[in-house]
This record gives sequence, structure tokens and C-alpha cells, in this order.
Amino acid sequence: MTPGLINYWVVVFLMMTGFYVVMSTSNLVKKMVGLTLFQTSVFILYITMGKISGGTAPILAAPGTSYSNPLPHVLILTAIVVGIATTAVGMALIIRIKEAYGTIEDDEILLADQA
Amino acid sequence: MNLISQHLPILQIVVPMVAAPLCIILRRRQLVWILAVVVAWTCLAMAGGLMLQVLSQGPISYHLGGWAPPWGIEYRVDAVNAFVLILVSLIGAVVLLYAPASIAAELPEARASLFYTAYLLCLTGLMGMTITGDAFNVFVFLEISSLSMYALIGMGTDRRALTASFQYLIVGTIGATFFVIGIGLLYMMTGTLNMADLAERLQPVMHTRTVLAAFAFLTVGLSLKLALFPLHLWLPNAYTYAPSVVTAFVAATATKVSVYVFLRFFYGIFGREYAFDTLHLEYFLVPLGLAGVFVASTVAVFQTNLKRLLAYSSIAQVGYMVVGIGLVSVTGLTATLVHLFNHAVMKGALFLALGCIVMRLGTVELSELRGIGKRMPVTMAAFVFGGLSLIGVPLTVGFISKWYLVSAALERGWWPVAVLILLGSLLAVAYIWKVVETAYFHEPEGKAAQATEAPLSMLIPTWILIGATLYFGATATFTAGLARAGAEALMGGLAR
Repeated sequence: MTPGLINYWVVVFLMMTGFYVVMSTSNLVKKMVGLTLFQTSVFILYITMGKISGGTAPILAAPGTSYSNPLPHVLILTAIVVGIATTAVGMALIIRIKEAYGTIEDDEILLADQA
Repeated sequence: MNLISQHLPILQIVVPMVAAPLCIILRRRQLVWILAVVVAWTCLAMAGGLMLQVLSQGPISYHLGGWAPPWGIEYRVDAVNAFVLILVSLIGAVVLLYAPASIAAELPEARASLFYTAYLLCLTGLMGMTITGDAFNVFVFLEISSLSMYALIGMGTDRRALTASFQYLIVGTIGATFFVIGIGLLYMMTGTLNMADLAERLQPVMHTRTVLAAFAFLTVGLSLKLALFPLHLWLPNAYTYAPSVVTAFVAATATKVSVYVFLRFFYGIFGREYAFDTLHLEYFLVPLGLAGVFVASTVAVFQTNLKRLLAYSSIAQVGYMVVGIGLVSVTGLTATLVHLFNHAVMKGALFLALGCIVMRLGTVELSELRGIGKRMPVTMAAFVFGGLSLIGVPLTVGFISKWYLVSAALERGWWPVAVLILLGSLLAVAYIWKVVETAYFHEPEGKAAQATEAPLSMLIPTWILIGATLYFGATATFTAGLARAGAEALMGGLAR
């Protein structure tokens, strides 16, 4: 494993962890945790691809200085907003589900619907 | 006037987007509704204007804020997405006329202005996905439309609407994230997000594994959004428990726009040579499309809740569209594009008819609907015409779609596919007949006996869409002509 790829390994690890949490847990809040982790891993993927070795932050600098690609950062700012909105809507739904069913466990909700 | 026509592409998005928060400020239900209706019909007019511009002057390239592509965001309107824009804004405008009576019956009054806000945002997102020429912009609009859709679905009166909405949120977000991973990988290889530029710069790096991974992520992400079998599990509950207006709007537009984005990415960006000649995506799409047709139609036959029945039928219809994509020919793509329009019109009309029944009976369980055809003749007649179109009876739009699809399959020499498409229609006969039998061949009893015809404000929009179903079924030159122009553009490698 070359050191240059370590970020990508982290991305894959976080992504699969989040994905697994979403699928395996029956607690809706934990599902949201998994989903957020899954989305966040993508942020790291984007930020990583913008990095140029030896490059500095893309802030006003002397001409000829090498700097990281700022575009992925900007894209990820947008994606973070989207992620927060998703979390907010998800949490709001969970509150309403708790009010309607008295539980936030997937299997208990299923039982309540079948009854 | 000249200034407006110059900036039509951005006005198409900005007008509904600005109107959405205004709805919250206005609050008064009537005022909000008037604003929403004016905005939606303005959008339809603008979409028509864009289509005229495209037909007379060729594709429009609009640079946001004056920044030239590939650096700035470009809105690009051509024959394909002008067609989809008209479809989305038409459904959005017609369904809004229907909305006030239906939501008064199904939603608490305090939610009415919020409903219109979410509705306009959803419309904004769907039109944005269609009009933009920037890959990341598609993701942003996809999330705008999806988030407002979760809110709209969660407004349903049944508590299962909440769980359906949550399930859709989880699956939809996974789909959208897969999509954004795919775009990220493409950006990594090319350093651009502009679709036309992407298509060009991808050529030299096509053979790399990164592009292959991007291709895989985009395929799965978009398939989730367009509810391709077996990734359709979010759809039936969402359509069943959402308020009737929402079901009609979402069923008619959301999956269609995803199909369009799918076309744009695989024919426009990756190109036919890579997606179909090298990777043979058709061996993935055609079997899954046909499996979707058969599994979903068979499940539909056994449903007792009509909204759920039509939801499964929607999955089957998406199957037909995907088969059209997989046939990789001008005729096949014409079938897909024309079916986008046709299915939106007929499914919209069918769900609107169900909304009328929900309003009068409070349920769409088949067992409660005995003899309803005698009590609500106008509504049920609309349902029957819509149903005939789902089956594909001549003189309805469904026939036009099936005609193109079957001829595309025969053109390719895949006659078993053609046979299966026709057999799929027989299953549609089974589930539509079940409804017709219950509604017309029993004496009205229970709730159905007391039911009266739905108000005109709901019947007229339903019949506008049914009228479109019959009109475009009889004279398909308009829709099929536009679809063919779009299909030719796509086959020719749209972006280049």
C-alpha cells in the first residue's frame, strides 16, 4: 500500500462501514448515522482528488506557487449542505414516526403495521 | 421581450424556485394556490417557448452568470430535454388545478401552504435536472427534487406514509450518493464537469478502471432512482401512502426525469460505443426491464389496493422504457422517449381518477368499490380509458409506445423480446379488468352506494390528461416526431 493511496482506503472503509450500518441496523436513528457516514466518505473522496502534492491552500499567493484544486472543495460545500438537509428531513421524519408508532425500531414498526 | 426570451433557460428554474419561499410568506391557502398555479403555467409556457427556439434555431447553450463553459455552469436545451421539460411542466401545471379540492380532503389546513412550497421546489428540482448541462448540477437538482418529494410523501394521512417516506429517503440518498461518486470519479479522470466537455475528454481515458468504476456507480445510482427492477422496493409504499395529488405528480414525473438523465449519461457522455458496443449494457438492461415488466405486472394482478396496483404497474412501465434504451436503435430510443410522455400522461390521469375516489370514499380498496362505476361514472370512465392505454389498445397513447417498442425489437431481430412485450400487455389486461369488473358488474353497496361524482375542479384536470391520452393516441405525429428527433440526436452522440 503506497502512502499516496491511504486516503482512498479510508474512503472505502468509511463508505462500506456506513453502508453496512444502514442495511444492518433496525434502529432508524442509527440508520441515519450510517447514511451520514456513507455521505461523508464521499466528501473525503472529492477533497482527496483536489490535493496536489506540495500544493498549498488556494488562497491569494505569489504567482507560480502550486496550490490545490479548489473546485472539489466548492462542490463538497454544496454536498455538505445537501447532506445536512437530508439529515434534517430524515430526523424530522423519525420524530413523526416516533409520535405515530411509539417506537423507532424497524421490526416493531413492521409488527405494528401488520397488527 | 427579447431579454426574456434570451434568459428563458434560467427563468425556467428561477421562477418556481423563488415562488416556493413566497408561498410560506403568503400563507393564505387561496393566495398560495393562485401563485403556484400562475407559476406552474408560466413554466409550461416557458418550456413551450424553449421548444420553439430549439426547433427553429437548434440547441440553446445558456451560460450561467456569463461564465463560459466548461468553467461556468451551462444550461443546454436540445430536442430531448425540451421535450422532457414540456412533459414535466405540463403535468405540474395540470395537477395543480386539481390540488385544492383534493388536499382540502386529505391534508390538515395548516399544511396547505407548505404543500405548495414543497411542490414548487420539487418541480424546480425536476426541471433543473432536465435542463442543466453540468453533471454536478444534476446531483444538486436531484437532491432538491428528492428532498421535497420525501416531505410531500410524508404528508400522507396514513402513518405508513411516514415509514414509506423514510424508506425512500434512505434508498434515494444511497442512489444519489452513488451518482455523485460516479461523477467524482469522472471528474478525477477529466477535470471537468460540463457534460459536452466530459464526453470529449473521456475518450482518451475510456479504457481505465476508474472510468469503469464511475460507469458502474452511475448505473446503479440511476437505476435506484428510476426504480429499475429489482431496485424498485421503495416505490410501491411511497406511491400508495402519499396524498393522491403527490402520487399523481410524482408517478408522472420523477422516474421519467431519471430515465432522461440515464439516457443523457449513457448515450450523451459515455457514448453508445462505450456503453453498448464495448460493455454491452443492453444485456443488463433488456433482461432486467423484461423481468420488471413480468414480476411487477404479476404482483399488480394480486393487489387489492388500487394505488398499490398502479404503483406496481408503474414499475412495469419503467421496464418497457428500459427495454427501449437497451435496444440501442433510433426506433428503440423513440419508443423510450415517446413512452416517457405517454406513460406520464396516462399514469397521471389514472392516479388523478383514484384521487377522486379517495375524496368520495376515503379508500381505494377494491372490496369497497363495488358498483362505483354507476355512482361515479365520469371518474370511472376516465379510469377505464387510462387503463385501456396501459394495456396498449389502439387509439390510445399506450398503443403508440408499444408499436415503436415492438418494431424496435423486431428491427434488431430479437423477436422473443417482442413476444414478451406483447405478453406483458396481457398481464395489464388482467389487472385492469379486475377493476372494471368490480366497478361495473356489481350493484353499488356500502360506502360506494352513497358516493357522488367528484367536483368539476378535479374532473376537468383528470379529463385534460385523458384527452391528451386519446388525442396523442390518435395523432402521434407531434409526440413521436419530437421523440424521433430526440432519439436521432442521442444516437448521434448528443454532446459532441
